[in-house]
Amino acid sequence: MRQFGVAARVLLVFTVVLGIAYPLVMTGVSQLLFHGNANGSIVKVNGKEVASDLIGQAYEGAQWFHTRPSAAKYDGKASAASQYGPNNPDLLKLVNERRAQVAQAEGVDPSQVPPDAVTASGSGLDPAISPAYAALQVNRVARERGLSVAQVQQLVKENTHGRALGFLGEPYVNVVTLNAALA
Amino acid sequence: MSDAAAGLLQVGLLVACLAVAYRPLGGYMARVYTSESDLRVERGAYRLFGVDARADQTWAVYARSLIAFSAVSMFLLYILQRVQSHLPLSLGLPNVESGLAFNTAASFVANTNWQSYSPEATMGHLVQFAGLAVQNFLSAAVGITVAIAVIRGFARSKTDRLGNFWVDLTRTVLRVLLPIAVIGTLALVAMGVVQNFSGGHEVTSVVGQAQTIPGGPVASQEVIKELGTNGGGFYNANSAHPFENPNGLSNLFEIFLLLLIPVSLTRTFGLMVKDKRQGYAILGVMGTLWAAFTFAATFFEVRGNSLEGKETRFGEWASALFASSTTGTSTGAVNSAHDSFTPLGGGTALFHMMLGEVSPGGTGTGLYGMLILAVLTVFIAGLMVGRTPEYLRKKITAREMKLVSLYILTTPTVVLVGASIAMGLAVARASIFNTDSPHGFTEVLYAFTSAGNNNGSAFGGLSANTPFYNTALGIVMLLGRFLPIVLALALAGSLAKQQPVPVTQGTLPTHKALFVTMLVGVVLIVTGLTYFPALTLGPLAEGL
Repeated sequence: MRQFGVAARVLLVFTVVLGIAYPLVMTGVSQLLFHGNANGSIVKVNGKEVASDLIGQAYEGAQWFHTRPSAAKYDGKASAASQYGPNNPDLLKLVNERRAQVAQAEGVDPSQVPPDAVTASGSGLDPAISPAYAALQVNRVARERGLSVAQVQQLVKENTHGRALGFLGEPYVNVVTLNAALA
Repeated sequence: MSDAAAGLLQVGLLVACLAVAYRPLGGYMARVYTSESDLRVERGAYRLFGVDARADQTWAVYARSLIAFSAVSMFLLYILQRVQSHLPLSLGLPNVESGLAFNTAASFVANTNWQSYSPEATMGHLVQFAGLAVQNFLSAAVGITVAIAVIRGFARSKTDRLGNFWVDLTRTVLRVLLPIAVIGTLALVAMGVVQNFSGGHEVTSVVGQAQTIPGGPVASQEVIKELGTNGGGFYNANSAHPFENPNGLSNLFEIFLLLLIPVSLTRTFGLMVKDKRQGYAILGVMGTLWAAFTFAATFFEVRGNSLEGKETRFGEWASALFASSTTGTSTGAVNSAHDSFTPLGGGTALFHMMLGEVSPGGTGTGLYGMLILAVLTVFIAGLMVGRTPEYLRKKITAREMKLVSLYILTTPTVVLVGASIAMGLAVARASIFNTDSPHGFTEVLYAFTSAGNNNGSAFGGLSANTPFYNTALGIVMLLGRFLPIVLALALAGSLAKQQPVPVTQGTLPTHKALFVTMLVGVVLIVTGLTYFPALTLGPLAEGL
């Protein structure tokens, strides 16, 4: 029984150190050194907060770049993946429907639709699409906005991120910052 | 650059970073656990605890201290969840229901971090940072203390003392985990991970839709979630969530963190048994297995070319590398949905956990798990040549082999019995999401394998927040954690009492390629034979 008394005291002390002091100090220092990052990298358009540049949003309307399908419907308080198994017939049906929709919206052959355009991400909050899917949307957005294709391509380029250090992860286009630049 | 070249460079950088950290960290930890002097802050702490730091414990007292500490931890974590609505910073969330609170308390104290709940909708900030994250530190430290006690079992002779649990625990927290966590937190925030106490920040998008940007002290919890091989996400999507893992760099850093201590502990082991080659041999076995499973997971996912459940910024290569490292280390954090992996890719993750979390395994658990398999290997080798087996100059007698056998049988038993009971109950089968194929059975098998091996990752389609799964998986996690710990400590106690035997010409060298190969074989054959029938009904039936 003696061990239980010691155990309770050890747990109490460590709860104060690791559970209260540590997160408080870390938050204080982070807020001081990396204010923007620590608070969610908020994006502003004309002074108004419109998004976090890390959290994806749904953009309906032909004048916007579209993000990926989302199992969370881009609800910031409910991150989730679809959890469909690879051979689930419901998933296969959904993918075919999405492919047809995207092909029609962009006026291309279904075979040209890239995989990220028809699949839901792991978080349901993916802010990014592949450069291929962005390229597919350029003509539509330029047409709808009365901009030249070159102008829109330039914006896409400015919001394209290469692999970190040149080889970590995948290249992607940040749709949130891209649409903020269009707004 | 081609995907394959980038993917290979990514693995190369990871291995290089681990290689750089290996000697300094492994050596540092060896000094931490052999030093006779306490820091001033530690002396103060021992006075508060009422602990005599110089009083070494027998294996039984060491085990009783550990169990008492874990029991008290579980009790506090349970209570915190049950009274959440009365606590500050709870974001208006209600008290956690009793079955779920039991499951979560067991899960975090057992270093599993299986999550039957969706954090955003269940856990307020206070329970996360003052309850769950505290156990992220402490359960990881508990695992390391056991590894250190087992090392001392080999290193010491003619004594019944294995060290002092409270001292080992305190030193692990203050000298190893906390300093790395402080640096790691700042590194993660610099990469974009959030660190605040906001309950959510309202924005209105350019198309006029309202969205809540979630908050929380994420970085400080994320770092110990990986470093302590815990794996419980601050958010439901875990390391797929952009606020937990914003880019390719943070992704590699998190993989590095979850491998760092398990890998470096093999150096600590080599130094403490005064034969560094023994540490390299163990590392060689772990590295071979990790490389093989990483290759397999990457091969199947790249060939499958599906981004369902994967983030654009990670793609197949970085998702497979994370999946293989998280299942090889008992971490269970995920940066992609394993349920949506190809049948054989997801099956690789499942089989990797079934090895018993030794490649390189969890903090501490990986090392003592592998040392026990090494004892089994010298025993099998001894049978072949008809000689009393010995490992690190300690005889492996009938008593040691009984403990080793029980250790090896425990986890597969709780996993397979649990999964069988679940498949036999209609109420448990009703939780399966992908009911169309053998995939549904894999969801259940994955859940019990993850719980029994204290991993915590999931085929997330399974609706696990039910009375059956919360109870069954809670029990499986506790048995899968604490029975092996008691057996490992008993083995250490028995080894420490022995007089070392001299090395002769007939001694099997346990630092050479032959032994490494044999040990790899034993790990694969022992687990392969145990789980093969179950695997054929799940991923193999679906994927072949």
